Amino acid sequence: MTTATAPVNNGVNTAALLGARKALADQPEAAQFVWRATSEWIHSTHSKGVVKSYFGLGAEQPHKQAQTVEFDHPETFGEEDQAVTPVEVVLTALGGCLTGGIAAVAQHRGIQLRSVKATIEGDMDIFGILGIDPEVRNGYGEIRVNYEIDADASQADIEALVAQSQKRSAVFDIVANPTNISVTATKVDSAAEVA
Amino acid sequence: MRTSVIVIGAGQTGLAVSYFLTRRGIDHVVFERGEVGHSWRTERWDSLRMLTPNWQNHLPGAPYQGGDPDGYMTMTDVADLLNGYAARIEAPVRTGVAVTSVTRDGRDYRVQTTAGTWSAPSVVIATGACNIPKIPALAAGVPAGIDQLSPKHYRNPGRLAAGGVLVVGAAATGAQIAAEVQASGRPVTLAVGEHVRMPRTYRGHDILWWMEHSGIWSQRFDELDDIVRARHLPSPQLVGTPERITLDLNYLTGLGVRLAGRLARVADGVAQFSGSLKNVIALADLKARRLLNTFDEWAAEQGLDAQLPAATDAERLVDTLVPDSPPLSVSLTDGSIRTIIWATGYVPDYSFLDIDVLDRKGQLKHDGGIVTASPGLYRIGLPVLRRRNSTFVNGAESDAREITDHLAAYLAARPEPASAEPADPGDETPAYDAVLARTAS
Repeated sequence: MTTATAPVNNGVNTAALLGARKALADQPEAAQFVWRATSEWIHSTHSKGVVKSYFGLGAEQPHKQAQTVEFDHPETFGEEDQAVTPVEVVLTALGGCLTGGIAAVAQHRGIQLRSVKATIEGDMDIFGILGIDPEVRNGYGEIRVNYEIDADASQADIEALVAQSQKRSAVFDIVANPTNISVTATKVDSAAEVA
Repeated sequence: MRTSVIVIGAGQTGLAVSYFLTRRGIDHVVFERGEVGHSWRTERWDSLRMLTPNWQNHLPGAPYQGGDPDGYMTMTDVADLLNGYAARIEAPVRTGVAVTSVTRDGRDYRVQTTAGTWSAPSVVIATGACNIPKIPALAAGVPAGIDQLSPKHYRNPGRLAAGGVLVVGAAATGAQIAAEVQASGRPVTLAVGEHVRMPRTYRGHDILWWMEHSGIWSQRFDELDDIVRARHLPSPQLVGTPERITLDLNYLTGLGVRLAGRLARVADGVAQFSGSLKNVIALADLKARRLLNTFDEWAAEQGLDAQLPAATDAERLVDTLVPDSPPLSVSLTDGSIRTIIWATGYVPDYSFLDIDVLDRKGQLKHDGGIVTASPGLYRIGLPVLRRRNSTFVNGAESDAREITDHLAAYLAARPEPASAEPADPGDETPAYDAVLARTAS
């Protein structure tokens, strides 16, 4: 048994988050972030995405190191399955965002976490991406997330924690709500680029 | 013309301020663009009744004295109540006088009205919280063939075109309108974002009895954890009916209303809804149960469990039924939706205020109704202005008392005649702060 006075430590710097909320309220321009990634084709459906830096708090912010995520399609699609499928990365991103939120909200609410695990599933009818049925969408028909959480809290408090995390999650919002997207293309000469 | 205090608006808050000013012998005038209780009488739908039971509709020095303490007043009743109150306290109301601008003139305020120009060292804005319907920008994408209206102009279902209706917003207003429109035979789709669920009655009392007696309603603005959130909470899904029905999403589903997520986008003739319906419903159910638990704990602490009945199963709130696959979109061009009602809230109108005291969203910067950047200027009657019940009739009294305490201290500390003083912002002597420190708690 831990004593009732043991400080909760989920490793989240909630003081920094609360401080940022207070400081940014008066300077909305500093709250304008731009996240960015590059994508480059390797071979067949294999490609790689790289993130190096983002813009925020009024300045360019480099990551400590560039991170690469590779993508491919599985053998059931006739591909080589050299890397994760992009739609699976969306699921991991949703899980990553919600789990991080759970830790932060738990810290703020004084709930000690011991274990947080989630399974994330998305149903997809590939008649959409194959163009077999124009009435079937390309993306997920439904996404289910199931959390199993070991923490010093009641079932109701754990449910509230998970609900609050969804409410403040960027990826949950990105997946649940429409977003305007513009995609442009420019012809370049890659041989000239090298020279 | 000159007076000490100009009060703008003769609703419950303006009249409550007038009551306390009169008790202090402070000279003032109340400008009212229409009749007393104008918005209550002219800007509400036909079936609307107060959310508060009658016994809660008391004003300073005027407890409820009618014969139906547990009933809910119609809008005509409310306007009559306010008119009777104005007469009884002999409030110096100038009806039919609209304020067109408020500017600073040295340390005074110059107030232009449709009946001449006034000046005063203090102004109290009591124009209500529901001035301009807050319609989201995505409304611009709605096709021309759809009728659109806000609750300010909605009167009854009979005035709507036959056919489907999309009600956007599930606070008290959206839920009430969805129910009566569905009952009129027009199929309703209700777009539901974050909402506040409450049973009408709990353990033998109106839910607002619990809010008041447990002390939740009188929680002060400067004691709340997250004031921004508290001030933006949707109004609880309540309706005042003689049958005291609980107007929750299950009730609406039972009537045949179709629930959808928050309206997220309108493009190419299609309204798209958020996939977050399950979560906003889970949040509302959790919070409603937590609120009832808080009430139970309070009742136990007070030793009231013996006199209060136990909660019935219905009062304990069964889970809100979420449709298996709530619609993610609805066509606005195939004729299934003929009307959209934007029950998306209101914002106050400060177009008459020509003083640099608004924030980047055009809303007044104030500290519990005290506009610190412009001494002598006050606001009353906004959500959680000073307490959780600031926008309810019974919340007018304590807010008005504290605002007039501050105002009186300001006037007392201010050298007279003010208008003869040079306008020197460097010479602001906040001596009244010392007086306030004594009245603050």
